[in-house]
Amino acid sequence: MIEASLKDLAAALRAGTLSSVELTTLFLDRIDALNPSLNAFITVDRDGALAAARAADARIAAGTAGALTGIPLAHKDVFCTEGLRTTCASKMLADFVSPYDAHVVSQLKAAGAVMLGKTNMDEYAMGSSNENSHFGPAKNPWDATRVPGGSSGGSAVAVAARLVPMATGTDTGGSVRQPAALTGVTGIKPTYGVVSRYGMIAYASSLDQGGAFGRSAEDCALLLSAMAGFDPRDSTSVEREAEDYSRALGQPLAGLRIGLPKEFFAEGMDDDVRAAIDAALEQYRQLGATTVEVSLPNAKLAIPAYYVIAPAEASSNLSRFDGVRYGHRAAEYGDLADMYGKSRAQGFGAEVKRRILVGTYVLSHGYYDAYYLQAQKLRRLIAEDFAAAFTQCDVIAGPTSPTVAWPIGEKSDDPVQMYLQDIYTIAVNLAGLPGLSLPCGTGAGDLPVGLQLIGNYFDEARLLNVAHGFQQATDWHRRTPALG
Amino acid sequence: MSRQNWEVVIGLEIHAQLNTASKIFSGASTAFGAEANAQASAVDIALPGVLPVLNRGAVERAIRFGLAIDAEIAPKSVFARKNYFYPDLPKGYQISQFELPVVVGGEVTVRVGEGEAAYDKTIHLTRAHLEEDAGKSLHEDFHGMSGIDLNRAGTPLLEIVSEPDMRSAAEAVAYARALHTLVRWIDICDGNMQEGSFRCDANVSVRRPGEPLGTRREIKNLNSFRFLQQAIDYEIQWQIDTIEDGGKIQQATVLFDPDTGETRMMRSKEDAHDYRYFPDPDLLPLMIGEDWIARTRAAMPELPGAMRARFEADWGLSAYDTVTLTVSRDTAAYFEAAVAAAGDAQAKPCANWIMGELAARLNKAERDIADSPVSPAQLAALVGRIADGTISNNAGKKVFDALWNGAGSEVDAIIAAEGLKQMSDTGELERIVDEVLAANPKSVEEFRAGKEKALNALVGQVMKASRGKANPAQVNTVLRAKLGA
Amino acid sequence: MSLSIDEVRHIARLARIELGEGEAQDTLDKLNNIFGLIEQMQAVDTSQVEPMSHPQDVAQRLRDDIVTESDRRDAYQRVAPQVEAGLYLVPKVIE
Repeated sequence: MIEASLKDLAAALRAGTLSSVELTTLFLDRIDALNPSLNAFITVDRDGALAAARAADARIAAGTAGALTGIPLAHKDVFCTEGLRTTCASKMLADFVSPYDAHVVSQLKAAGAVMLGKTNMDEYAMGSSNENSHFGPAKNPWDATRVPGGSSGGSAVAVAARLVPMATGTDTGGSVRQPAALTGVTGIKPTYGVVSRYGMIAYASSLDQGGAFGRSAEDCALLLSAMAGFDPRDSTSVEREAEDYSRALGQPLAGLRIGLPKEFFAEGMDDDVRAAIDAALEQYRQLGATTVEVSLPNAKLAIPAYYVIAPAEASSNLSRFDGVRYGHRAAEYGDLADMYGKSRAQGFGAEVKRRILVGTYVLSHGYYDAYYLQAQKLRRLIAEDFAAAFTQCDVIAGPTSPTVAWPIGEKSDDPVQMYLQDIYTIAVNLAGLPGLSLPCGTGAGDLPVGLQLIGNYFDEARLLNVAHGFQQATDWHRRTPALG
Repeated sequence: MSRQNWEVVIGLEIHAQLNTASKIFSGASTAFGAEANAQASAVDIALPGVLPVLNRGAVERAIRFGLAIDAEIAPKSVFARKNYFYPDLPKGYQISQFELPVVVGGEVTVRVGEGEAAYDKTIHLTRAHLEEDAGKSLHEDFHGMSGIDLNRAGTPLLEIVSEPDMRSAAEAVAYARALHTLVRWIDICDGNMQEGSFRCDANVSVRRPGEPLGTRREIKNLNSFRFLQQAIDYEIQWQIDTIEDGGKIQQATVLFDPDTGETRMMRSKEDAHDYRYFPDPDLLPLMIGEDWIARTRAAMPELPGAMRARFEADWGLSAYDTVTLTVSRDTAAYFEAAVAAAGDAQAKPCANWIMGELAARLNKAERDIADSPVSPAQLAALVGRIADGTISNNAGKKVFDALWNGAGSEVDAIIAAEGLKQMSDTGELERIVDEVLAANPKSVEEFRAGKEKALNALVGQVMKASRGKANPAQVNTVLRAKLGA
Repeated sequence: MSLSIDEVRHIARLARIELGEGEAQDTLDKLNNIFGLIEQMQAVDTSQVEPMSHPQDVAQRLRDDIVTESDRRDAYQRVAPQVEAGLYLVPKVIE
């Protein structure tokens, strides 16, 4: 049952061979058994989940169920959930109970999905390993001494370890795709503006985008269809007709032109990763696709540009956490400035503080043009590189991460080494394009390797089909970590 | 102390709260006076995850303002974040416009001073931009703490920035008053200064003529024209004294204390500020198309400046009269309705009644002209009866009184009921004149001897004999005729 | 480029993050590493490039001017550290 696709689960629920309460209980029990060692969840809501499951069963019985009704789900703890604490994995919000639901949360509630709980992450979505969590790191189910990637590490782990069939995440510089790659699941970040950011606690507003984790592209398509859609409360939400992201699944890949950015394949990628990627590309050729070399000459500037833009936006976005209206307030303080300084120093973790300081600096008087404005200009160059590449190909492919999952603690004291892990994913966020990672092989230690597919704007359905075509021909996405 | 040797340079930043129903970035009400924080929505208190969406009504009002001052409406303007920490600023930044404001340039011509010395002055505007208001810190004591009310947070503001064109407190006040009139005229702001709907910051510096601009100090949050005048006057004198005593002016933000009449440094601004402006990534560029501007322009009322010119050209009114009659749209509408009913020839008498008797009564009763008990039609009827000689000016005041108090509503009926009608029967008047001439041979003789003054005595006698109902002008004519003058 | 310890203290103060004595040096070292990475940006001539602040080239959508929110003060203040009489309490604010 834990291996069944969303489609099969929905069919079983509708056929009455399985109830949502049974299914929900099955996964809750798995969480009880495995979460203590994996630390994928920050909060588990057994009572709420069972109540939602009963309601879903009633809805199924009444014949008004949708594709996801009754199916368990986990939300990254960056999405506000009314009545259930939303921590952003920060001490700042350790006790914060949101008075409202994020758009994504209410969409999935309306779809009848059963939320089991909130997943672990890097604090405020800042990190690539899930080690920057106030609640401790989530563990990679393939090797619990290794990181699962980040920032949506908990959601990736939960899906990889079959603690839940589907989970939401957010991706600002790779935070869905990179943990998907490192844990062997499928994850998609759609075009910026496709998923409403309302109720998604902001890290870097012009880059943040909600995304979906599943065991397959087919599952991701179903989840994304329920998450996406225009929301008038988010000014950056794109006004488009709602889409069925499953609509292109099954279309043949013959004639598909896959662009391979030469910069992605030049250097920096570990050999084991390269071997898996090469094999995956060969598989695509066998499926009738052609590969063509493309160039993203400015892609190497994505990391420095990102580490100006994201911290700048973050430094401002996180100013609201001041201990006045919600969140951590220092127990002892003197005057107002002291209250701010102590509450924020205590409430934020080291990496969050570093990024706030970097952002404060690059926006400050006299440095704006040299940093922020320069980064915004590079951003345009990067977007233009992609536009040029897409005149030659339908999708772009390459590695998601330069390495397989690394041991916990290995890079945690060296921010720059950590930042370089996102070398292949960040440019996609700067351009605002959709990206997907799918398991395509294994590297050293039998650890998963992810293939990244990048699409043109609003080309999610095609991207999902390209991944689906691969998954129809291979079994990498069916591999399951051996767990106690 | 030698103020003549100094040139004063003043620029104003005026914050006008826009009279939208909802806030600039949220659907919370902007109504004044609600219970603390009852109108502070999730967006206004900056809960984690919430996002701003721009209110069309606020933009519409900014366009109206831009058109009213003949400014450029930016086809593309950008919202930026102004970052600073303050408890009444929930997000830790204010959403404002920085590099690309919605209104650029423009000018306002104001009448400064009164009487002979009055003159017109054109003040240029730098820009006007949309931004959100902050909440309020309440300073009464809560166990040594301050209370924060965020009801006002997110109320739309138009910040109107002038060039440093003003050279005296009088000019600054005239400009502020003109803008105060204008924003109410085009119905974008209620202008209520007690409630903080219209607040002035004054940048003041002094220099010796011909020298570059002096260092300015900014006086914050002046919420009455009197305080604006007092604060600027105090500040000018303080700066001159400081420099003449060998001191230097340091750039500073100050507050005016109405109790002492002095300005003092704001402690919260002592920190060197670095607002770290950058384009708000939660908002997209505001694009205003030609069609929107054209539609707004078509719906604009006639503006006070144009109206003043028309009153002057059509009815020969003085600059003083036209400024007074266009002090508000209601006043101008009242005046125009009265003239429409009374006829063009009665424009000046209508103006006099409105600026005199009516204004005095309204002022005393603290009523707006829009709900004056005396209607424009009634006033026009009254003016008409004075013009056609039916009643005297003095009798007119009695009629006005009756209209104001509700003792009557019809001018002719009041005249009849109170017996105010002037004597228009020539036969009757001639009979009285004959009697008076017969009874006053001495005066007649004196007049005939060339003593003009003697006529006045005779007029007085006739008026007395008619118990005030004779028309003095007519009496004059009849007397002269009878005396063969 | 590299930051000085005073600059680090200054930006920490701007950001209202208290920096303990022991933390300042480690923060400075890490920030300097990060700025070493960021400096790569400066090699590119972007004088002819329009900055891109947003992935989509679209205009701000406008909301009709209607009141859609009701009073939810009690729910919002349930998570507040200190409130009284409907007000958020903070250390004395000095103007």
